[in-house]
Amino acid sequence: MSQTLHDHDHAHDHPAIEQAARPGYYEMLETAVRELLVEKKLIAADEIRRQIEVLDSRTPALGARIVARAWVDPDFRARLLADGRAACEECGISFYDDTSLIVVENTDKIHNLIVCTLCSCYPRPVLGLPPDWYKLKPYRARAVSDPRAVLAEFGTIIPDNIEVRVHDSTAMVRYLVLPKRPEGTENYAEEQLAALVTRDTMIGVAPAQIQGSAS
Amino acid sequence: MVFAPKRQLGIVYAVGEEPAFGPGDRIRIAERRPVGHYRVPSYVRGKRGEVEVVIEPPAIDNEEEGFGRNAGVRRHYYRIAIPMIEIRPDYRGSRSDGLRIEVFESWLERV
Repeated sequence: MSQTLHDHDHAHDHPAIEQAARPGYYEMLETAVRELLVEKKLIAADEIRRQIEVLDSRTPALGARIVARAWVDPDFRARLLADGRAACEECGISFYDDTSLIVVENTDKIHNLIVCTLCSCYPRPVLGLPPDWYKLKPYRARAVSDPRAVLAEFGTIIPDNIEVRVHDSTAMVRYLVLPKRPEGTENYAEEQLAALVTRDTMIGVAPAQIQGSAS
Repeated sequence: MVFAPKRQLGIVYAVGEEPAFGPGDRIRIAERRPVGHYRVPSYVRGKRGEVEVVIEPPAIDNEEEGFGRNAGVRRHYYRIAIPMIEIRPDYRGSRSDGLRIEVFESWLERV
Protein backbone atom coordinates (compact mmCIF):
# COMPACT_ATOMS: atom_id res chain seq x y z
CA MET A 1 0.00 0.00 0.00
CA SER A 2 1.22 3.49 -0.84
CA GLN A 3 2.44 5.57 2.05
CA THR A 4 2.10 8.91 0.26
CA LEU A 5 0.06 11.42 2.16
CA HIS A 6 -2.53 13.41 0.35
CA ASP A 7 -3.94 16.87 1.04
CA HIS A 8 -7.25 16.89 2.74
CA ASP A 9 -9.22 19.06 5.04
CA HIS A 10 -9.72 16.86 8.05
CA ALA A 11 -7.53 16.94 11.10
CA HIS A 12 -5.13 14.07 10.59
CA ASP A 13 -2.96 12.68 7.81
CA HIS A 14 -3.16 9.10 6.66
CA PRO A 15 -1.94 7.01 3.73
CA ALA A 16 -3.95 7.34 0.54
CA ILE A 17 -6.92 5.00 0.58
CA GLU A 18 -6.58 2.88 -2.51
CA GLN A 19 -7.17 -0.62 -3.69
CA ALA A 20 -3.85 -2.38 -4.20
CA ALA A 21 -4.80 -6.06 -4.52
CA ARG A 22 -6.90 -7.63 -7.26
CA PRO A 23 -10.43 -8.41 -6.14
CA GLY A 24 -10.81 -11.96 -4.85
CA TYR A 25 -12.65 -14.78 -6.60
CA TYR A 26 -15.94 -14.30 -4.77
CA GLU A 27 -15.81 -10.55 -5.11
CA MET A 28 -15.49 -10.91 -8.87
CA LEU A 29 -18.21 -13.57 -8.92
CA GLU A 30 -20.55 -11.26 -6.99
CA THR A 31 -19.84 -8.36 -9.37
CA ALA A 32 -20.39 -10.56 -12.43
CA VAL A 33 -23.68 -12.03 -11.15
CA ARG A 34 -24.94 -8.64 -9.98
CA GLU A 35 -24.14 -6.98 -13.31
CA LEU A 36 -25.81 -9.81 -15.21
CA LEU A 37 -28.96 -9.59 -13.08
CA VAL A 38 -29.13 -5.85 -13.61
CA GLU A 39 -28.44 -6.20 -17.35
CA LYS A 40 -31.23 -8.79 -17.67
CA LYS A 41 -33.50 -6.41 -15.72
CA LEU A 42 -34.23 -9.02 -13.05
CA ILE A 43 -33.22 -6.52 -10.40
CA ALA A 44 -32.43 -2.83 -10.61
CA ALA A 45 -29.26 -1.21 -9.29
CA ASP A 46 -31.50 1.02 -7.20
CA GLU A 47 -33.03 -2.03 -5.47
CA ILE A 48 -29.59 -3.16 -4.30
CA ARG A 49 -28.79 0.29 -2.98
CA ARG A 50 -32.16 0.43 -1.26
CA GLN A 51 -31.58 -2.93 0.44
CA ILE A 52 -28.23 -1.71 1.75
CA GLU A 53 -30.06 1.29 3.19
CA VAL A 54 -32.53 -1.10 4.84
CA LEU A 55 -29.66 -3.03 6.45
CA ASP A 56 -27.86 0.14 7.52
CA SER A 57 -31.02 1.38 9.24
CA ARG A 58 -31.02 -1.65 11.57
CA THR A 59 -28.69 -1.37 14.55
CA PRO A 60 -28.52 -2.76 18.09
CA ALA A 61 -30.17 0.49 19.23
CA LEU A 62 -33.49 -0.92 17.96
CA GLY A 63 -33.06 -4.11 19.96
CA ALA A 64 -32.08 -2.07 23.01
CA ARG A 65 -35.33 -0.11 22.82
CA ILE A 66 -37.30 -3.36 22.62
CA VAL A 67 -35.50 -4.77 25.66
CA ALA A 68 -35.96 -1.58 27.69
CA ARG A 69 -39.66 -1.52 26.83
CA ALA A 70 -39.98 -5.13 27.98
CA TRP A 71 -38.25 -4.26 31.26
CA VAL A 72 -40.68 -1.44 32.07
CA ASP A 73 -43.90 -2.81 30.57
CA PRO A 74 -44.92 -6.32 31.75
CA ASP A 75 -47.70 -6.58 29.15
CA PHE A 76 -45.27 -5.80 26.35
CA ARG A 77 -42.78 -8.28 27.81
CA ALA A 78 -45.45 -10.99 27.72
CA ARG A 79 -46.30 -10.18 24.10
CA LEU A 80 -42.60 -10.13 23.17
CA LEU A 81 -41.99 -13.56 24.68
CA ALA A 82 -45.15 -14.97 23.07
CA ASP A 83 -44.37 -13.67 19.57
CA GLY A 84 -41.15 -11.71 19.15
CA ARG A 85 -41.86 -10.62 15.62
CA ALA A 86 -45.37 -9.34 16.32
CA ALA A 87 -44.16 -7.35 19.34
CA CYS A 88 -41.34 -5.77 17.31
CA GLU A 89 -43.71 -4.99 14.45
CA GLU A 90 -45.97 -3.29 16.95
CA CYS A 91 -43.01 -0.92 17.56
CA GLY A 92 -42.61 -0.28 13.85
CA ILE A 93 -39.73 -2.70 13.19
CA SER A 94 -40.42 -4.54 9.94
CA PHE A 95 -39.19 -8.04 9.16
CA TYR A 96 -38.04 -7.50 5.61
CA ASP A 97 -36.49 -11.00 5.49
CA ASP A 98 -39.74 -12.71 6.60
CA THR A 99 -38.03 -14.50 9.48
CA SER A 100 -39.78 -15.21 12.75
CA LEU A 101 -38.29 -14.11 16.04
CA ILE A 102 -38.15 -16.08 19.26
CA VAL A 103 -37.18 -13.96 22.24
CA VAL A 104 -35.52 -15.96 25.01
CA GLU A 105 -35.38 -14.52 28.49
CA ASN A 106 -32.39 -14.74 30.80
CA THR A 107 -33.48 -15.49 34.34
CA ASP A 108 -31.95 -16.56 37.65
CA LYS A 109 -32.14 -20.14 36.36
CA ILE A 110 -31.39 -19.91 32.63
CA HIS A 111 -28.73 -18.16 30.57
CA ASN A 112 -29.34 -18.06 26.81
CA LEU A 113 -26.75 -17.85 24.05
CA ILE A 114 -27.35 -17.46 20.32
CA VAL A 115 -25.35 -18.96 17.48
CA CYS A 116 -25.77 -20.00 13.87
CA THR A 117 -23.49 -22.98 13.38
CA LEU A 118 -24.27 -23.25 9.65
CA CYS A 119 -23.63 -19.66 8.62
CA SER A 120 -24.58 -16.29 10.08
CA CYS A 121 -28.35 -16.29 10.76
CA TYR A 122 -28.91 -13.33 13.06
CA PRO A 123 -31.87 -11.16 14.05
CA ARG A 124 -30.88 -8.55 11.47
CA PRO A 125 -34.25 -6.75 11.39
CA VAL A 126 -33.72 -5.84 15.07
CA LEU A 127 -29.91 -5.80 15.48
CA GLY A 128 -28.47 -5.09 12.04
CA LEU A 129 -25.39 -6.91 10.80
CA PRO A 130 -23.72 -9.45 13.10
CA PRO A 131 -20.21 -8.87 14.48
CA ASP A 132 -17.37 -10.61 12.64
CA TRP A 133 -16.68 -13.09 15.44
CA TYR A 134 -20.27 -14.30 15.24
CA LYS A 135 -19.64 -15.43 11.65
CA LEU A 136 -16.29 -17.10 12.26
CA LYS A 137 -15.90 -20.83 12.78
CA PRO A 138 -14.31 -20.78 16.25
CA TYR A 139 -17.39 -19.13 17.79
CA ARG A 140 -19.84 -21.17 15.73
CA ALA A 141 -18.26 -24.51 16.58
CA ARG A 142 -17.45 -23.83 20.22
CA ALA A 143 -20.76 -22.19 21.17
CA VAL A 144 -22.42 -25.60 20.84
CA SER A 145 -19.57 -27.74 22.16
CA ASP A 146 -18.17 -25.68 25.03
CA PRO A 147 -20.49 -22.72 25.59
CA ARG A 148 -19.34 -22.02 29.14
CA ALA A 149 -15.74 -21.61 27.99
CA VAL A 150 -16.86 -19.29 25.19
CA LEU A 151 -18.86 -17.22 27.67
CA ALA A 152 -15.89 -17.09 30.04
CA GLU A 153 -13.75 -15.68 27.23
CA PHE A 154 -16.27 -12.83 26.99
CA GLY A 155 -15.86 -12.35 30.74
CA THR A 156 -19.17 -13.98 31.51
CA ILE A 157 -18.91 -16.68 34.16
CA ILE A 158 -22.12 -18.66 34.57
CA PRO A 159 -22.48 -20.53 37.89
CA ASP A 160 -23.12 -24.27 37.56
CA ASN A 161 -26.60 -23.99 39.05
CA ILE A 162 -27.70 -21.84 36.10
CA GLU A 163 -28.64 -23.74 32.96
CA VAL A 164 -26.87 -22.62 29.80
CA ARG A 165 -29.21 -22.88 26.83
CA VAL A 166 -27.71 -22.48 23.37
CA HIS A 167 -29.98 -21.62 20.45
CA ASP A 168 -28.79 -22.62 17.00
CA SER A 169 -30.64 -20.73 14.23
CA THR A 170 -30.88 -22.96 11.22
CA ALA A 171 -33.30 -21.46 8.75
CA MET A 172 -36.38 -19.36 9.37
CA VAL A 173 -36.24 -18.63 13.08
CA ARG A 174 -34.08 -15.93 14.60
CA TYR A 175 -33.36 -15.42 18.28
CA LEU A 176 -32.98 -12.41 20.52
CA VAL A 177 -31.89 -12.66 24.13
CA LEU A 178 -33.86 -10.60 26.62
CA PRO A 179 -31.11 -9.92 29.18
CA LYS A 180 -31.78 -9.58 32.89
CA ARG A 181 -32.48 -6.05 34.06
CA PRO A 182 -29.49 -4.97 36.17
CA GLU A 183 -30.03 -4.44 39.86
CA GLY A 184 -29.99 -0.83 40.96
CA THR A 185 -31.91 0.40 37.92
CA GLU A 186 -35.32 0.55 39.59
CA ASN A 187 -35.51 4.32 39.09
CA TYR A 188 -34.15 4.39 35.55
CA ALA A 189 -36.31 5.74 32.78
CA GLU A 190 -36.87 3.60 29.70
CA GLU A 191 -34.32 5.60 27.71
CA GLN A 192 -31.65 5.21 30.41
CA LEU A 193 -32.31 1.48 30.50
CA ALA A 194 -31.93 1.20 26.73
CA ALA A 195 -28.44 2.71 27.04
CA LEU A 196 -27.39 -0.30 29.16
CA VAL A 197 -28.43 -2.81 26.50
CA THR A 198 -25.57 -3.58 24.14
CA ARG A 199 -25.44 -5.87 21.12
CA ASP A 200 -23.50 -8.50 23.09
CA THR A 201 -26.17 -8.64 25.81
CA MET A 202 -28.78 -9.49 23.17
CA ILE A 203 -26.61 -12.28 21.68
CA GLY A 204 -26.17 -13.57 25.21
CA VAL A 205 -22.39 -13.31 25.56
CA ALA A 206 -22.57 -10.61 28.24
CA PRO A 207 -24.98 -9.42 30.92
CA ALA A 208 -26.52 -5.97 30.84
CA GLN A 209 -24.88 -3.86 33.51
CA ILE A 210 -24.66 -0.34 34.77
CA GLN A 211 -21.70 1.28 33.06
CA GLY A 212 -18.58 1.21 35.16
CA SER A 213 -19.87 -1.58 37.37
CA ALA A 214 -18.06 -4.89 37.15
CA SER A 215 -20.29 -7.62 38.41
CA MET B 1 -67.71 -18.39 15.98
CA VAL B 2 -66.60 -21.15 18.33
CA PHE B 3 -65.98 -24.57 16.84
CA ALA B 4 -66.11 -27.86 18.66
CA PRO B 5 -62.73 -29.52 19.23
CA LYS B 6 -61.36 -30.71 15.87
CA ARG B 7 -62.00 -34.42 16.39
CA GLN B 8 -65.68 -33.92 17.17
CA LEU B 9 -66.25 -32.35 13.76
CA GLY B 10 -65.46 -35.61 12.00
CA ILE B 11 -63.07 -33.82 9.65
CA VAL B 12 -60.43 -35.91 7.93
CA TYR B 13 -57.14 -34.10 7.46
CA ALA B 14 -54.90 -34.45 4.43
CA VAL B 15 -51.66 -36.38 4.80
CA GLY B 16 -49.11 -34.13 6.47
CA GLU B 17 -51.67 -31.43 7.24
CA GLU B 18 -51.41 -31.93 10.98
CA PRO B 19 -48.06 -32.09 12.78
CA ALA B 20 -46.93 -35.66 13.45
CA PHE B 21 -45.25 -34.70 16.72
CA GLY B 22 -46.31 -32.69 19.72
CA PRO B 23 -44.60 -31.06 22.69
CA GLY B 24 -42.92 -33.62 24.93
CA ASP B 25 -42.54 -36.28 22.22
CA ARG B 26 -39.19 -38.05 22.29
CA ILE B 27 -37.47 -37.93 18.90
CA ARG B 28 -34.25 -38.79 17.17
CA ILE B 29 -32.84 -36.60 14.40
CA ALA B 30 -32.23 -38.75 11.33
CA GLU B 31 -28.68 -39.93 10.72
CA ARG B 32 -28.74 -39.18 7.00
CA ARG B 33 -25.79 -37.79 5.09
CA PRO B 34 -27.18 -36.75 1.71
CA VAL B 35 -24.85 -34.91 -0.65
CA GLY B 36 -25.53 -31.18 -0.69
CA HIS B 37 -26.36 -28.42 1.74
CA TYR B 38 -29.02 -29.19 4.34
CA ARG B 39 -30.14 -27.04 7.23
CA VAL B 40 -29.68 -29.79 9.80
CA PRO B 41 -26.15 -29.43 11.14
CA SER B 42 -24.09 -32.64 11.16
CA TYR B 43 -23.45 -32.45 14.89
CA VAL B 44 -27.12 -33.08 15.74
CA ARG B 45 -27.77 -35.88 13.25
CA GLY B 46 -28.48 -39.14 15.05
CA LYS B 47 -28.97 -37.31 18.37
CA ARG B 48 -31.97 -37.80 20.63
CA GLY B 49 -34.08 -35.04 22.04
CA GLU B 50 -37.54 -33.85 22.75
CA VAL B 51 -40.07 -31.70 20.90
CA GLU B 52 -40.45 -28.46 22.82
CA VAL B 53 -42.72 -26.50 20.49
CA VAL B 54 -44.46 -27.00 17.16
CA ILE B 55 -43.60 -23.83 15.27
CA GLU B 56 -46.69 -22.43 13.59
CA PRO B 57 -47.54 -21.94 10.82
CA PRO B 58 -45.82 -24.71 8.83
CA ALA B 59 -42.91 -23.28 6.85
CA ILE B 60 -41.77 -23.65 3.28
CA ASP B 61 -39.32 -26.53 3.16
CA ASN B 62 -36.29 -24.53 2.15
CA GLU B 63 -34.16 -27.64 1.76
CA GLU B 64 -36.40 -29.01 -0.98
CA GLU B 65 -36.82 -25.50 -2.33
CA GLY B 66 -33.05 -25.07 -2.48
CA PHE B 67 -32.80 -28.08 -4.77
CA GLY B 68 -35.72 -26.97 -6.92
CA ARG B 69 -37.98 -29.78 -5.76
CA ASN B 70 -41.50 -29.40 -4.40
CA ALA B 71 -41.10 -25.66 -4.51
CA GLY B 72 -43.50 -23.96 -2.18
CA VAL B 73 -44.42 -27.07 -0.18
CA ARG B 74 -44.88 -26.36 3.49
CA ARG B 75 -43.75 -28.72 6.19
CA HIS B 76 -44.13 -28.84 9.92
CA TYR B 77 -41.23 -27.41 11.77
CA TYR B 78 -40.29 -28.05 15.38
CA ARG B 79 -38.20 -26.55 18.10
CA ILE B 80 -36.18 -29.45 19.49
CA ALA B 81 -34.46 -29.60 22.88
CA ILE B 82 -31.30 -31.69 23.09
CA PRO B 83 -29.16 -32.03 26.23
CA MET B 84 -25.54 -30.92 25.73
CA ILE B 85 -24.39 -34.23 27.16
CA GLU B 86 -26.20 -35.97 24.27
CA ILE B 87 -24.30 -33.83 21.77
CA ARG B 88 -20.95 -34.39 23.42
CA PRO B 89 -20.56 -37.28 25.86
CA ASP B 90 -17.48 -35.50 27.26
CA TYR B 91 -19.40 -32.23 27.78
CA ARG B 92 -17.78 -30.27 30.59
CA GLY B 93 -20.58 -28.00 31.74
CA SER B 94 -23.64 -28.53 33.88
CA ARG B 95 -25.83 -31.60 33.21
CA SER B 96 -28.83 -29.37 32.72
CA ASP B 97 -27.22 -27.39 29.84
CA GLY B 98 -28.96 -27.84 26.55
CA LEU B 99 -29.43 -26.90 22.93
CA ARG B 100 -32.52 -25.62 21.13
CA ILE B 101 -32.70 -26.02 17.38
CA GLU B 102 -35.40 -25.97 14.70
CA VAL B 103 -35.80 -29.07 12.57
CA PHE B 104 -38.25 -30.00 9.82
CA GLU B 105 -40.52 -32.98 10.36
CA SER B 106 -38.83 -34.85 7.50
CA TRP B 107 -35.72 -35.22 9.69
CA LEU B 108 -37.46 -36.49 12.82
CA GLU B 109 -37.93 -40.09 13.90
CA ARG B 110 -40.10 -41.16 16.78
CA VAL B 111 -38.24 -42.86 19.61
